[in-house]
Amino acid sequence: MMAAAYESGAISLEGVMKRFGDFQAVDNVTLDIKLNEFFTLLGPSGCGKTTLLRMIAGFEMPSGGRILLDGKEISDLLPNQRPVNTVFQNYALFPHMSVAGNIGFGLKMLGRPKGEIRAAVAEMLRLVQLEGRGDSAVTQLSGGQQQRVALARALAPRPKVLLLDEPLSALDLKLRKSMQIELKRLQAETGITFVFVTHDQEEALSMSDRIAVMSHGKVRQVGSPADIYHRPADRFVADFIGETNFIEADAVSIAGGVARVRLPSGVEIPATFPAGVTPSGKVTVVIRPEHAQMVAQAGDGALRGIVGDIIYLGTDTHFHVRLDDGSPFIVRRQNATNGPSEFSPGESVGIRISDNVAQIVMNQP
Amino acid sequence: MTDVAKAGETRRRNDIRDRWLLSAPALTLIAIAGTGPLLIVLIYSFLAPGSYGDVKWEFSPNGWFNVFLSRDIFDNTVSLADAHYTIFWRTLRLALATTVLCLLLGFPLAYFIASRPPGSRSIWLFLITIPFWTNMLIRTFAIAEVIRNEGIINSLLMRLGLLVAPVQMLFTDFATLVGMTYVHLPLMVLPLYASLEKLDFRLVEAGYDLYASRFGVLLRIIVPLTRPGIIAGSILVFVPALSSYVIPLVLGGGKNLMIGNLIELQFGQGRNWPLGAALSVTLVLVVMIAVIFYMRNAGEPGGRAHG
Ligand SMILES: Nc1ncnc2c1ncn2[C@@H]1O[C@H](COP(=O)(O)OP(=O)(O)OP(=O)(O)O)[C@@H](O)[C@H]1O
Ligand SMILES: [Mg+2]
Repeated sequence: MMAAAYESGAISLEGVMKRFGDFQAVDNVTLDIKLNEFFTLLGPSGCGKTTLLRMIAGFEMPSGGRILLDGKEISDLLPNQRPVNTVFQNYALFPHMSVAGNIGFGLKMLGRPKGEIRAAVAEMLRLVQLEGRGDSAVTQLSGGQQQRVALARALAPRPKVLLLDEPLSALDLKLRKSMQIELKRLQAETGITFVFVTHDQEEALSMSDRIAVMSHGKVRQVGSPADIYHRPADRFVADFIGETNFIEADAVSIAGGVARVRLPSGVEIPATFPAGVTPSGKVTVVIRPEHAQMVAQAGDGALRGIVGDIIYLGTDTHFHVRLDDGSPFIVRRQNATNGPSEFSPGESVGIRISDNVAQIVMNQP
Repeated sequence: MTDVAKAGETRRRNDIRDRWLLSAPALTLIAIAGTGPLLIVLIYSFLAPGSYGDVKWEFSPNGWFNVFLSRDIFDNTVSLADAHYTIFWRTLRLALATTVLCLLLGFPLAYFIASRPPGSRSIWLFLITIPFWTNMLIRTFAIAEVIRNEGIINSLLMRLGLLVAPVQMLFTDFATLVGMTYVHLPLMVLPLYASLEKLDFRLVEAGYDLYASRFGVLLRIIVPLTRPGIIAGSILVFVPALSSYVIPLVLGGGKNLMIGNLIELQFGQGRNWPLGAALSVTLVLVVMIAVIFYMRNAGEPGGRAHG
């Protein structure tokens, strides 16, 4: 059977605010979420992700700003008037209805004819690979199956935008990985705009077209996963996404959009910097652990230090090095061979930094 | 039998004995306070009335006969006891009306309390239970005081010039219904609240998200999920409402008898204890049938899934 076309929508947030009493949960958020996009809101617990999502769904009214769907303001519409559906964190399946009853609920409330609902439910069951389970009680399903029913229920009325609030957080790691792939497939197959909330940076990096990193109600940076990872806009983003070494250095000169910074060891290296700033004086430089290598000759590296803990992680090994000035530095080395580590704790080593990987970040305002 | 099986058998027998011993106090209480009195009433209903009340210890079916039939004192013809049927029907109607009114008023109230922040819920619940502090008789007289012709409502309306003459409210069916609803409302609100408080409000949000109207959410999500509370509240209101006695007397003026008043009459002025006893047993049967009917409904899927 040929699936009827899905219609997708674009969301614009213009200076959206939400205050709870004195507390500013969402602070002046301006975002454009594009058609067909898998867009992720990423940030630590309490940063306002859920609140932002609930405002798009219509469960919370913004204290200020506007929310637009395809250019039309929807801020004043009730949740049942918005062509937007939500997959809730704990699924929120109706326990007194069967799987089919849950999936068909939205269409039933829209007053669609019985035959159409039955066909849509069958199609949804196929889409989420639960054929033949329509008559089961939702309480009898496993966590992963309930997750699929929640997805099917939200997709059945063919919303223009699907909102997902940490939909995978209740699943164990293995199931989560397979549901991540499933979600990507569903999004590709339907083309519906997904707004996905998570506090798991790995999940965000692997699934999203674009990510908005949030903290304390503000959006810190919006960009593709590679942008966010390799060109963090500020110290918070660099710190929150992946593991990072921060080195305090001096900006020496700027030439051709690249700065030269002098590391505490006296060695000078090139470093990129975010648009719109001119680094000078004391700056913070970010170097990812996988962008550094250890060398036995202390003099050969840009930095020098003493090996501390060595942590074996299966695919990688992390070396925790104490630099000469006392600051910590982590080097990640892929375990390409099975042999024992050639470095041991207490050893004096040099650290070489790959070319063109250093990045200057601004400290938070 | 092997040793292991024997040991298992002994353990099981001891277990059964312990269970009986442990439940003995409860069983004794049920026998003394529940079954016993009911049995006495049942026996009395088959005896002959004494001349000054009490019973004569000889078998007589007259008590039961008089519940349903009446014998004309002049020509000895037997006909249906119309008065009794009228009273039964009136009582049933009043109890049903009270239950429905309590449900209609109690549901929004319970919903309101359940949707307050957790801290302030206990304050609201506390306010709901305040009427229990005062004897029902006193509260009933208080209502009479408020609605009588010279009471607050009438005198206020007349003072404001909205009425020329007082409206007769006391000693009407309206007064009875108001009193019944007022007195029984907390019994409805508390079990409803218990159910609503357990209700996952995310399900309500999910309903709105999936295009349900307010009424749709109420009908298809909230009511099915709080059915146990609705059933429990309805039983708690319906059962005492069936045997109400004071309110129809004080607020209704005793003009329209209810079963409770009828029974009281037989044990008092009527001096026909067997008839009173037979009427009482009939009332118990009506209540039992009603409760079974309610319970049947509670057993359907909506109720089960919530528990
Ligand atoms: N109804 C409310 N009343 C008062 N404060 C609220 C309310 N809802 C949320 N908050 C506060 O707003 C802040 C943001 O909450 P929100 O649920 O949006 O965070 P989140 O980013 O989704 O966090 P998490 O990852 O833990 O789900 C929190 O500090 C929370 O305490
Ligand atoms: Mg959240």
